Amino acid sequence: MARTMTGAEIVMKALQDQGVEHIFGYPGGAVLPIYDELFQQDKVKHILVRQEGGALHAAEGYARSTGKVGVALVTSGPGATNAVTGLTDALMDSIPLVCITGQVPTHLIGNDAFQECDTVGITRPCTKHNWLVKNVNDLARIIHEAFYIAKAGRPGPVVIDIPKDVQFATGNYVGPSNIAHKTYKPRVKPEPTAVRDAVDLIASAKRPVFYTGGGVINSGPKASQLLREFVRLTGFPITSTLMGLGAYPASDKQWLGMLGMHGTYEANLAMHDCDVMINIGARFDDRITGRVDAFSPGSKKIHVDIDPSSINKNIRADIPIIGDCAYVLEEMLRVWKAKAPQLDKASLKSWWKEIDGWRARKSLSYTNSTEHIMPQYACQRLYELTKDRDTYITTEVGQHQMWAAQFINFEEPNRWMTSGGLGTMGYGLPAAIGVQLAHPKSLVIDVAGDASILMNIQECSTAVQYRLPVKVFILNNEYMGMVRQWQQLLHGNRLSESYTEALPDFVKLAEAYGWTGMRCDHPADLDDAIREMINHKGPVIFDCRVAKLANCFPMIPSGKAHNEMLLGENVSDEEVSRAIGKEGKVLV
Amino acid sequence: MINTNPQTHYAGPSLRQEVETRTLSVLVDNEPGVLARVIGLFSGRGYNIDSLTVTETEHEKHLSRITIITRGTPAVIEQIKHQLERLVPIHRVRDLTFEGISLERELALVKVSGKGEKRMEALRMAEIFRAQVVDTSTEHFVFEVTGKPGKIDTFINLMMELGLVEVSRTGIAAIGRGAAAM
Repeated sequence: MARTMTGAEIVMKALQDQGVEHIFGYPGGAVLPIYDELFQQDKVKHILVRQEGGALHAAEGYARSTGKVGVALVTSGPGATNAVTGLTDALMDSIPLVCITGQVPTHLIGNDAFQECDTVGITRPCTKHNWLVKNVNDLARIIHEAFYIAKAGRPGPVVIDIPKDVQFATGNYVGPSNIAHKTYKPRVKPEPTAVRDAVDLIASAKRPVFYTGGGVINSGPKASQLLREFVRLTGFPITSTLMGLGAYPASDKQWLGMLGMHGTYEANLAMHDCDVMINIGARFDDRITGRVDAFSPGSKKIHVDIDPSSINKNIRADIPIIGDCAYVLEEMLRVWKAKAPQLDKASLKSWWKEIDGWRARKSLSYTNSTEHIMPQYACQRLYELTKDRDTYITTEVGQHQMWAAQFINFEEPNRWMTSGGLGTMGYGLPAAIGVQLAHPKSLVIDVAGDASILMNIQECSTAVQYRLPVKVFILNNEYMGMVRQWQQLLHGNRLSESYTEALPDFVKLAEAYGWTGMRCDHPADLDDAIREMINHKGPVIFDCRVAKLANCFPMIPSGKAHNEMLLGENVSDEEVSRAIGKEGKVLV
Repeated sequence: MINTNPQTHYAGPSLRQEVETRTLSVLVDNEPGVLARVIGLFSGRGYNIDSLTVTETEHEKHLSRITIITRGTPAVIEQIKHQLERLVPIHRVRDLTFEGISLERELALVKVSGKGEKRMEALRMAEIFRAQVVDTSTEHFVFEVTGKPGKIDTFINLMMELGLVEVSRTGIAAIGRGAAAM
């Protein structure tokens, strides 16, 4: 039944009807009517960030840790342009977001009005879809459609641009309906014959490996459960991308660790030497494949993805399966159980023996120090002291992110929030705020670098305002460590602008924001200091002074194949400087 | 620039596929920005557009048909199709070249100026090509010529010697043969 209300009322009503509890935003001239409605209701709670970029990342953290759609509300012009990084980040990592932007009144659009920008034009390539609402009677339908598009199929961000006059105009409200979308109907159930072919191939494997990704997490907790069941049933080894960590428990003996550029030796070698690769919800990203023409040359590849454009984009799939991971895994399990295939036990045994040989190289090992805190050690201790708690980890981007991925193990999905595809420095703190808001009783830690944390440091105020006890654990080496590592590898150790010369005093900075600041620079003091951080009731910035020149290994140098990894322990400086050839140099 | 080597973005030897020309027919909702989405996808991902035509074809349903002539290896063409299908307002994408024989037609307006024998020759050529004279003075003709793109190319090439001034072409409209719709 249609009801008449103003555009701003329609926005609030639609958000309420979509079950939205929290939105992240920042007010401004072009969204004042919506903020006025927000003020007059109490179902939807607004979280005031300190810059719109923070709103988008907070919404991402919220969405990734809950499986719900994250919602952001920003004003026109600079509000919208500040949202662009977060939108692109969400697009790359397939995070469902609805971002509402204000726009100048319809009659001023195109006039270079104050705080006007072509929001739908600017956000077109960095959203799954976007709308400029010119008629208030379309508004409710578009908002409900936006939630559907954000969630359905491969999730992603959408933008609804609402001119101010449309927010004031009165029109009809319609509730969320189950009417099928006229064009966007992503396939979620797999082709049964493809699943049967895949099961036959899996059953015949002699050197198999599961390679799973963020798609399993996005598909929901059930997909992770089904994955665990299937992987255990087969007894095959499993590795995962950065985005997929937590879908399979890291404590399990079949787990090989993360793969890719900074993945483990055993994971990458298993990928290179396997005969059957079972890719579930990963997209053969360049961080994973390394040199594409030398990628897993002898394997048949099964590729499960909800997005048909992911199939054959980078790597040719022998058996492509379009569908949602949970549906596909359910069907695979059903067929597997019905067939009860006989596995080639002897071959699998020798495959595991080979893998155990690679494992024995202990590719994540590093030389510890009694003088300095090694960053790897800091991550290890952080993990050991938090693993028995209800913990969520976010990160910024750089060396600390890779160390966190290597040394912090995850047993459950939705516990690990990191900017994978876009690699956005400044993601971790606002994302942690979003996570903490959704899980007020949990321990939420942003593992940060000294450079990254400064990119959205203003969000410390947000945490204080909403009493969110997030912990920021800075691996402070006074460098943009990953930039420096690449300069060492590629540019003759000329450290152009990668030393952060004028860092703030993080303890005083914390205190200035009303946080607690802590500092630790000695390995013997580390455990106690971490415990103190964990037990502190409010937000904490932990300035962990780590060894300055540690680098992140193992590493597949760009332009190289999986079996050309550099291992950390025995890499000489000369090897490092020769590792990347002329062809690899142009790559990122 | 065409990525002739879609198997890898890394330099070095790899499987190479031949570049092919394909005609894609795309049925879309006729809503603001839909053409920008399609064109933005092509430029953003580095695909080629050789020819593009778009107009509303079913007024009541607000449907437009976009005909795109593109070039790429079969792998790139497959990507283009899937990427187009991801766009929310797109109903269907068909590769008319791949699916069978399609009809492709184009219209051109060709302005030729000159006097004397060249002018007479231009008119004779126009008759051979079944081009209509749609505007004339004692010093020029504007011809309207329709047909396959190759025929139009040939006509324009001939006119170059006979005083060609300027050309406006519609781009290619294409449709599949047979009774079925796309």
